[in-house]
Amino acid sequence: MSDPAHFNLPARALHWTMAAMVLAMLFIGVAMVTSVAHYHALVALHRPLGIGILVLAVLRLINRWRSPPPDLPPDLPGWQRKAAHASHILLYGLMLTLPLVGWAMLSAAGYPIGLAGSVVLPPILPRDPGLYAWLRPLHTVLAYTLFGIILAHLGAALMHGLIRRDGVLGSMALRLTASQSR
Amino acid sequence: MSLLNDLTGAGPGLGPRAVLLRLGAIGALVAGTAGTFAYAGGWLSPGDLTQARIVDRFEQVNGPHPGFRRNHAKGLCLAGRFESSGGGVRLSEAALFAAGQVTPVTGRIALAGGQPYAADAAATVRSLALRFHLPDGEEWRTGNNDIPVFPVRTPEAFYAQLLAAKPDPATAKPDPEALKAFFAAHPESAKAAALIKARTITSGFADDTFRSLNAFRFVAADGTETLVRWAFVPEQAATAESPAQAARTDKNFLFEDFAAAIRRGPVRWHLVVTLGSPGDASADATLPWPSERASVDVGRVVVTATEAEANGNCRDVNFDPLVLPDGIVGSDDPLLSARSAAYSQSFTRRVGEPKAPSAVHDTPVSGAGL
Repeated sequence: MSDPAHFNLPARALHWTMAAMVLAMLFIGVAMVTSVAHYHALVALHRPLGIGILVLAVLRLINRWRSPPPDLPPDLPGWQRKAAHASHILLYGLMLTLPLVGWAMLSAAGYPIGLAGSVVLPPILPRDPGLYAWLRPLHTVLAYTLFGIILAHLGAALMHGLIRRDGVLGSMALRLTASQSR
Repeated sequence: MSLLNDLTGAGPGLGPRAVLLRLGAIGALVAGTAGTFAYAGGWLSPGDLTQARIVDRFEQVNGPHPGFRRNHAKGLCLAGRFESSGGGVRLSEAALFAAGQVTPVTGRIALAGGQPYAADAAATVRSLALRFHLPDGEEWRTGNNDIPVFPVRTPEAFYAQLLAAKPDPATAKPDPEALKAFFAAHPESAKAAALIKARTITSGFADDTFRSLNAFRFVAADGTETLVRWAFVPEQAATAESPAQAARTDKNFLFEDFAAAIRRGPVRWHLVVTLGSPGDASADATLPWPSERASVDVGRVVVTATEAEANGNCRDVNFDPLVLPDGIVGSDDPLLSARSAAYSQSFTRRVGEPKAPSAVHDTPVSGAGL
């Protein structure tokens, strides 16, 4: 697929799958840390979902290198162009960093990181409660940052789709063929 | 083109009214997403019980003790092994129950309550927390108490009881009126308190029986689930506290007696799993199960060493009762998720705080001669 006006199919499939996963993850995370009755059930979802996001984010980055995204519209103001680039770097960075910080903090806390059944991830840091005490709030701050950027991303995407109507939103639309013109 | 179109980048095809409507819709969607997030995070329901409020209440009742567990604050680390009898294989596929399997164990004995320097007293509830180190990174963590049933049925009742049982600074005893009101509102707790009060108090940790209190489910290799509760039953015959022991002024006598016993030789508990029948309470830890329920001795815990709390040992472990190996799952008891949540909150707070030495040191002195 070499249509320059659209993300390729893997990019679009990954985008929408991960959109659902990341949003679910953020909502699970924020509910989990206050919940009493559902804490355990939410944690049990949070861990495998986080690892799933990490794996997909790596695949997505590889796909992006192999198949660069379409150019932004030429008439887009410079500050919006810069904001778009910066926010995408942050989005990718956080999608990769948040699961890694989560994995690292559980390692430092000495928790077994069970995914499902008897599958336990190996620790990626030595057990060090002091390190956990530092990583745990970092995980929260990064998660709120990601949520904020996702809100901005959502608002900007809708501005492109509903106000500017410049084809940017359509370039990520989830259709199986990418033959529509902008 | 209007200023509005210029500002938003809208093309000439969109009138100002349409632009405003669409901007409003976008704003509403973004705000709605943020609002739902705030709802999920509990910001819109400040009255709900949260893990932070449970731990706050411990701090309120016990005063600040930075670096220590908010409950079961006074403790001593232990190490040893679990020797499986093979009797648990038909109940649970957990690797530690395989016949002849020996699993390293670390753990902690402790006294209930949030006072890390409280003097040992025979009537204080004692606990045995264990961490079984299974192959391939799996763990089983379990916290057990030496009472027959748990005093409350729900996390909300636990939260209310903490405050009702708060010692009055003037009398050092709970306000009788507050306790009366609590028991009136929670008749199941009144019954449980009577059972707890009637328990036999043994001479120390080594001859004490520690119970899971909450129900769990053992899952066998063929998928069969069995509702269970378990107890760590001492190999040593239980003896009552002697008058000489009761008269001791040593503030750590229970812990020092245990450390002395370990220096003389291993202390053993059998892990006895009680099998629930249909109709037995799975979600009410205040209710005892009928005494005629079948039980299986699945092996024994052999404790061979003790160690004062210090960096990196049992002090810095969260004995979350829902850290379970494949083959054991939690029941629908609401206290389990609540314990998991509150322990996590307590752990996160204390590991970030400055540390003071624990009350129980490794002092090879008194106690051995008793």
